[in-house]
Amino acid sequence: MNESAALPASLAAIRDDFLALEVPDRLQLLLEYSDSLPEVLEGTVEEDHWERVEECQSPVFISVLVEAEAVEVMAQAPPEAPTTRGFASILVHGLKGMTRQEILDTPPDFPLQLGLQNAVSMLRLRGMSGMLWRIKRQIQESSV
Amino acid sequence: MPVPFDSSPDLSEYANPERLVGVEWLAAHAGTPGLHILESNEDILLYDTGHIPGAIKIDWHTELNDPVVRDYVDGAGFAALMQAKGISRDDTVVIYGDKSNWWAAYALWVFTLFGHPDVRLLNGGRDAWVASGGEMTREIPHPTPSSYPVIQRDDTQIRAFKEDVLAHLGKPLIDVRSPEEYSGERTHMPAYPEEGALRGGHIPTAKSIPWARAANEDSTFRNAEELRSLYVEEQGFDPNAEVITYCRIGERSSHTWFVMKYLLGFDSVKNYDGSWTEWGSAVRVPIHTGTQPGEVS
Repeated sequence: MNESAALPASLAAIRDDFLALEVPDRLQLLLEYSDSLPEVLEGTVEEDHWERVEECQSPVFISVLVEAEAVEVMAQAPPEAPTTRGFASILVHGLKGMTRQEILDTPPDFPLQLGLQNAVSMLRLRGMSGMLWRIKRQIQESSV
Repeated sequence: MPVPFDSSPDLSEYANPERLVGVEWLAAHAGTPGLHILESNEDILLYDTGHIPGAIKIDWHTELNDPVVRDYVDGAGFAALMQAKGISRDDTVVIYGDKSNWWAAYALWVFTLFGHPDVRLLNGGRDAWVASGGEMTREIPHPTPSSYPVIQRDDTQIRAFKEDVLAHLGKPLIDVRSPEEYSGERTHMPAYPEEGALRGGHIPTAKSIPWARAANEDSTFRNAEELRSLYVEEQGFDPNAEVITYCRIGERSSHTWFVMKYLLGFDSVKNYDGSWTEWGSAVRVPIHTGTQPGEVS
């Protein structure tokens, strides 16, 4: 996978953490991410600034705050959807501190590089790809 | 040794009450030798966030499906799965799950394809257990591997294929999806876009009876009288007729399949697991759009 060379350091570190584990333990790591999705305090994001990630089976919402080059990605997902929460949390943690251009340059196949295909199935991974492209789209729209 | 049935009066009116247990029964019987509790969810991590003590996870997607062909595991695959989970052929299996037991009913249906003799659902599923204040744990049991025979899957009794449905047109057929999916406005369930089909609508002659009409707000099944009133009196289905149910990928229709077969005691109920993701993408099969069932052309 040539594109993995272009992965930013924070995402590459997450990928390496997953790939270092046996498949069942990768699910446990995903659960740790799910447990540590940063809570977004009420009022931080206006209600109509949350975007529903339609690719996910569960109600998950993202919002991206762009100020000049700095980007903050926020996500909300219910506790009864831990897989989706885990995906959102990986992106929130992994994209933290990256510039808008760095996020836009993130390879779209990042979700497929985590070695989760056999653990959670391709079907479920598509939700994470959907989150990533919606984050990028929000960043692009914010610069107009 | 067989585990006793739940003989509580709220189950006794169903045709096959031995296929259901209530949360009180489960709380009282958990830990009985020969009783295995399985959790089957839509979300593969939900079990790991907390489950009924002693319960083991079973995943519909990564464990019950064949990894290559769109089909279920074969006899050897099912035996290996049961062995790994410590389940023997004469053990009692109680399955519960999220989403009003969709995936639990689906798992139970797959167990029935292999003729596992004693498999039951927890009435109300995960929601009911949580609502009752039942204990939850993150501790994952490590079962001692069992021996389980290789049983050939029997696809003839409770499973329908596309060809079977084509030959069945004109006989009782139930579409349990949402009204928008039935009419063809949507090709997927609201919020499930990745499991769509190329065309929208329903199989001609199918009646629209969304699965949720068989469930209460708290995820338990409606009582026998309410179910009979819905399927037999309101919709006019004959308990002696052959019925086929379908949805999008066969999980919601497993719920209705369970209701008609075990709670109402219909003679012959089959689940068409190919469902709309197959039919709605198949070439030259008849499709009807709109709110009426339509006719056989």
